[in-house]
Amino acid sequence: MAEFRMPTLGADMTAGTLVAWKKKPGERVARGEIIAEVDTDKATIEVEVFTAGTLEQILVQPGAKVPVGTVLAIIREEGEAASPAAPAVPGRLRISPAARQRARELGVELLTIRGTGPEGAVTLQDVELAAQARGERPEARGEAADRQARLRQAIAAAMARSKREIPHYYLSTTIDMNRALAWLKEENARRPVTERLLYGVLLIKAVALALREVPELNSLWVEGRAVRSPMVHVGVAVSLRQGGLIAPALHDADRQSLTDLMRNFRDLVNRARSGTLRSSELSDPTITVTSLGEQGVESVLGVIYPPQVALVGFGKLVERPWVVDSQIVVRPVITASLSADHRVSDGHRGGLFLAAVERLLQRPERL
Amino acid sequence: MKTTYREAVRAGLREALLNDERVFLMGEDVGKYGGTYACSKGFLDDFGPERIRDTPLSESTFVGAGIGAALGGMRPIVEVMTVNFSLLALDQILNNAATIRHMSGGQFSVPLVVRMATGGGRQVAAQHSHSLEGWYAHIPGITVLTPATVTDAKGMLLSALREPDPVFIFEHAYLYPMEGELDERAGAVEIRQAAVRRPGRDVSLITFGGCLWKVLQAADQLSVQGIEAEVVDLRVLRPLDTATILASVKKTHRAVVVDEAWQTGSFAAEVSARIMEGAFFDLDAPVGRVCSAEVPLPYPKHLEDAALPSVEGIVQATKNLLGRS
Repeated sequence: MAEFRMPTLGADMTAGTLVAWKKKPGERVARGEIIAEVDTDKATIEVEVFTAGTLEQILVQPGAKVPVGTVLAIIREEGEAASPAAPAVPGRLRISPAARQRARELGVELLTIRGTGPEGAVTLQDVELAAQARGERPEARGEAADRQARLRQAIAAAMARSKREIPHYYLSTTIDMNRALAWLKEENARRPVTERLLYGVLLIKAVALALREVPELNSLWVEGRAVRSPMVHVGVAVSLRQGGLIAPALHDADRQSLTDLMRNFRDLVNRARSGTLRSSELSDPTITVTSLGEQGVESVLGVIYPPQVALVGFGKLVERPWVVDSQIVVRPVITASLSADHRVSDGHRGGLFLAAVERLLQRPERL
Repeated sequence: MKTTYREAVRAGLREALLNDERVFLMGEDVGKYGGTYACSKGFLDDFGPERIRDTPLSESTFVGAGIGAALGGMRPIVEVMTVNFSLLALDQILNNAATIRHMSGGQFSVPLVVRMATGGGRQVAAQHSHSLEGWYAHIPGITVLTPATVTDAKGMLLSALREPDPVFIFEHAYLYPMEGELDERAGAVEIRQAAVRRPGRDVSLITFGGCLWKVLQAADQLSVQGIEAEVVDLRVLRPLDTATILASVKKTHRAVVVDEAWQTGSFAAEVSARIMEGAFFDLDAPVGRVCSAEVPLPYPKHLEDAALPSVEGIVQATKNLLGRS
C-alpha cells in the first residue's frame, strides 16, 4: 500500500484544503493522473498521483484542511492483493436514504464520500463526518474576497522571506531583437494561425538554454545550501485577473520545441487563470521568468521566489536608436534583467548568463 | 418477588378467577392434569369443576363453546395446548369470534380470552413447536398479545378479560420456567403499546415473545463491541404500536426484526414494511430480519438450534447492517 499525502505546493504552503476527489475508491489511477483538487492559499490545484494502482481508501474528506504531509488516501499498488475490509461493489453507488436526506440538508457532495456501511454504502455517519470536516474549514469555498486576502498574505510571506534571507544582486542588459523578430515573422507566415509563436516563448527558450551554461542559477536553496536541479522547469509569472500572481512551471523548457513550448505556455496561462493548475506545476519550478512588458515598463528587477535562487525579468519591447557597425539605426530592443542569490552565484556568472541569453536570441532558428 | 413465568400466569389466572365469578377456564387437561404446562395445577380443587373444565380433544368444539359462553355473558378463558393445534379452531376464531361484532351490526360482542402456547426450543418437534401468532395478527377484530416478561404474563391476562372483544395470548412455552422479578402489586397492564426494554442509539432490535431474551443477550454482546442496540418488545402484535417502532428507528436509523416464525410472510415482514412506509428517509441501512429456517421444526437438538433464531445470528445480522464483520 502506498500513502498519498497532502503535497507541498510552494515553499510558503503549510496546509491545504482538500476540495474534491477526482477518483473514487476502487478506481484505478495511473502515474501522473489527477486524483484530487486541493485549495492552497493561492489557487485551487489539481493534484497528480505518482503511484500507479487502485485507490483503496480515502482518509480525508472534501472540505478538510490538513497540514502538508498528511496522508490523504491509500493507494493499492499494482499487484497488491485487495484488502478484504473494502469490498468493491460494482454498479450503482450505494447511499442510504438517511444519508441522502442528510447530505441534501447539509449540502454535502455524496459522490466523493467513501461509504462504510453495508456493501460499501454511504451512511448517515459518513455524511456527517464529511460535513464536519468541511465545517472545520475557516471559510466556505468561493469567497473570492477572502481568497484575495489569503493570496496577498501568501505573496507577502514569500517575498518578505526572500528579502530577509536572500542577498539579491541585480544585472541587466538590453538585447537587440531585430533578428529574432524578423525570423519570427517569417516563421509565423509559414505556420497555421493556431500554431503561431509569440516572441515570449523565444525568451523562455533562450533562458532555459542559457541555464545549461550557468547551471548554478537553476538551483534550489535547501537547508543552507544550493542543490542544482538536473531539469529546467521555468516558472512563468502569470498575473491573475483578480490581482496577485502565480508562477507555475513549464516543465523541461530547455528540451521542448518552440511549438510545444508555445502550446504549453498558452495552456498554462489559461489554467492558471481558471484555477486548474496541477500540483507538480506549482511545486517544482527551478527558476522564474517574469515579463512586465505589457504594462509598458522597460525593465523589471524582481524579487526571487524561494527556494529558487534566480529570477529573470523582461521589460517592454521598444524601438530605440541603436548603433550597428558605427551606424545609428532603429532597432527593436528589450531589457533583460537577472535577480540572483549572491549566496549561490556571483555577478560574473550572472553576467555570463545574460550574455548567453543575448547570444541565443541572435540565432533564433536554433532555439 | 422472584417468580417464574409459569407462576406469573398461574397468579393471573387465580386472580381472575377470584375477582370475577363469570370467569372460568376450559381446555384440554386443564383440570385433573393441572394443565399441560402446569398453569392450572390445583385449580380444580380450589375452584371446582364448574370453573375448571376439562374438554374433549376437539379445538373447534371448545373454542366454539367459549365463544358461545362469551356471547352469553360469561368471561371464558380457553386454553389451547399449542398454536399448532389451534388451527383446528381457526374457523371458529376467524368466522365467528373475530366477525360477530361486525356481522351483528355491533349488537353482540365476544369477550373471549384464548391462551395458547407457542414456539420451539424444547425438542417437541414439528407437531408442537411452530410460531403462528403472526397469522393471528393478520385477523382484524381480535387483539394479539405476546407476553415476554413475568409482569406481562400475569398482567396481560387481567387486561385481556376487560376487553369487549376476543383477545389471544401467546405464551412462549420456552419461557414457562424462566424467572423474573414480579412486583407483588403487579396487576393489569396496558395492552396497546410496545415497550423499549433497553435503550440504545445504534440500531433497533425489534422483537416479541420468546425471542426477547435472545435479543437482550445479543444486545449485551453488541455493547461489548461498541454497538448500542435499542431493544423494542412489541408486546402487542395487533393492534401494532407503529409509533414506538418508528420513534426508535428514527433515532437509531437501523433495524433488525427478530421473529421466531418462518421468514416468508412473517410478522417481521409486516414490521419491516411499516418501517419502510414510515421511516424510509431515516434508514441508514436495509431493515434486517432474523427468523427461523423455512423447515418444519426438527426434533434433534442440534438441528432445532440451527433452525431457530440464535444470539449469534442476531449479533451477526446487526453487525452486517453496520458494515462491521
